[in-house]
Amino acid sequence: MNGEKKAVVKEKVYGPSELKLAFPMPSCPGCGHPLACKAIVEVLEELGIAGKSICVIGVGCAGMGFYMTKMDIAMAAHGPAPALATGIKQALFDDAIVFTVQGDGDCAAIGAGYLVNSAARADQITVFMFNNANYGTTGGQMAPTTLLGQVTTTTPMGRDAKRYGYPLHIPEMLVPIKGVVYSARSAVNSPANFQRTKKYAKTALQKQIDNVGFSFVEVLTACVVNWHMTPVDAMTWMEEKQIAEYPLGEFKNVASID
Amino acid sequence: MKNPFFRGHYRGMYMAEMAFIHGYEAVGWGGINAGCHHFFGYPITPQNEITEFFARELPKIGGRFVQAESESAVGAMLFGAAAAGVRCMTSTASPGWGLMQEMLSHISWCELPCVVVDCQRGGPGQGTTRHAQTDYLSATRGGGQGGYKSIVLAPSSVQECHDLLQLGFYLADKYRILVVVLTDGILIQIAEPVELKTIDFGPLPPKDWALKGTAKKGGRWDLIHSTRGLILGGYTPIIKELHKKYHQIADLEVRYRTYQADDAELILIAYGYVARCCEGAVDMARAQGFKVGFIQPITLWPFPCEVVSQKASQGCKFLVVEDSMEQMFEDVKLSVEGKAEIHHLGLLSRHLPGEVGMLFPETVFEEVKKLL
Repeated sequence: MNGEKKAVVKEKVYGPSELKLAFPMPSCPGCGHPLACKAIVEVLEELGIAGKSICVIGVGCAGMGFYMTKMDIAMAAHGPAPALATGIKQALFDDAIVFTVQGDGDCAAIGAGYLVNSAARADQITVFMFNNANYGTTGGQMAPTTLLGQVTTTTPMGRDAKRYGYPLHIPEMLVPIKGVVYSARSAVNSPANFQRTKKYAKTALQKQIDNVGFSFVEVLTACVVNWHMTPVDAMTWMEEKQIAEYPLGEFKNVASID
Repeated sequence: MKNPFFRGHYRGMYMAEMAFIHGYEAVGWGGINAGCHHFFGYPITPQNEITEFFARELPKIGGRFVQAESESAVGAMLFGAAAAGVRCMTSTASPGWGLMQEMLSHISWCELPCVVVDCQRGGPGQGTTRHAQTDYLSATRGGGQGGYKSIVLAPSSVQECHDLLQLGFYLADKYRILVVVLTDGILIQIAEPVELKTIDFGPLPPKDWALKGTAKKGGRWDLIHSTRGLILGGYTPIIKELHKKYHQIADLEVRYRTYQADDAELILIAYGYVARCCEGAVDMARAQGFKVGFIQPITLWPFPCEVVSQKASQGCKFLVVEDSMEQMFEDVKLSVEGKAEIHHLGLLSRHLPGEVGMLFPETVFEEVKKLL
């Protein structure tokens, strides 16, 4: 045997983002939100825009991951994150990348008016909506995105369409709005879909870098605590039920608003 | 009736340019002269001309105007622009003022400087579309949830609309606080000669806390968030600091004007367009030998309690005149501390019962004669 030790060359191929603070995530174990946040943060670094980005967090669990990043963050009321982001974007004279991270209650219920009007104005911002099919922070009430038959604390017998209406499909709804240049839906239930989320996030943010128009990405995330499931069961439920209702894919991707 | 606002320095002391403009233009030029290049607005009567002014003028100077989808969205846009460190403002009228309160509470909690002009119309609800002074309590008590304070400035002439806008931006930046300019449908619609010039109030602290992206700040990252009481540092220490600031403002920033008050036996107290009626009423009363004076609060919060209290101690009676039911009356009552008689002349004394009804100097003078 040769007495000399072979030199070990270590090369970092993957690890926590440089932007992440050394604090644990505030989310529940098994929550899908931190994964979706991670996908966005990685894209910001890959595009080299983290230093000129400002994140607007909605009210709820969705954006909590961004509190743990070394980024400029704004956060105010429940719903108006797109309007707030517009205020920042106008103030910085388009010299910044501004995006919102909102939950499905924040974005699709109380904030739907702000979302639609921001899209119609073709505001140069990007909206990320994390859809976990309920109001997670407040303990699992029905959201506009709750599936038919899904049990929540305000639909204890399951969501009945006759009384509570139907699930809302935001990315599809935004397609006919002229100011919208990109609209897509992904999920974070598998490594493949995590990569898909990154790809969509990158395309959406690139639209903003190129000053094309309003871009939107919905990400399906698991809420194991309020779904009352194990993380593994939650992945199965998302695959079989949630993705069946909310198909993944790009619904709109245009190079310019003609 | 003599115009009291041309008695002093506005008549010929300066060589500066005078312009004959409306109140809404004075608000506009006041904002622009203060360096405000960001306006977010929503149409509502009777302030539409202000919103239209900024839509017309800001693009010419490289500023930004956004017509929002609601006053709630206006509030959110103000939050965003103020957080990014620029001077920004909006104007609204009473129902819009009501709708905006949620975001104004967040702005106050996050200590973001900006200016909101409320052109009061009659309330509650849709009330009327004309002038009134029915938002006094909601503006001076912190109109939204949670208990906060805004500096409230009350112009009573077109010149003051212009000047107080500039003072408003200065105070907002100095204290990191929301400033409300509480005006009304009459002041916005009348035209008077105005001296248009930038007023220098002195240096201000740098906005090093603003969100601009970390690259522009040497890697420093900032969090401007309304959950600050929830996550970092605890809730009560922030409340303590906030109220320390409010006390400091109450000590240092009280502004008011007096007229013929030195030997007065009866003091009229009024703000806004009604202040003009009261000055006229004082002149009428003095001409007939009545010892009547006038106090006009320019800051409605902080209210000039001290001067009112002093006058009460000297044995003066008070007549509060306002185009609302008892609102400012409450502040006068608190200031007088039971030491003097207080009377009220309000909205029910308008010359007509409909929305066009106004308070006139003659009405005030008739009331004065009853009291002396």
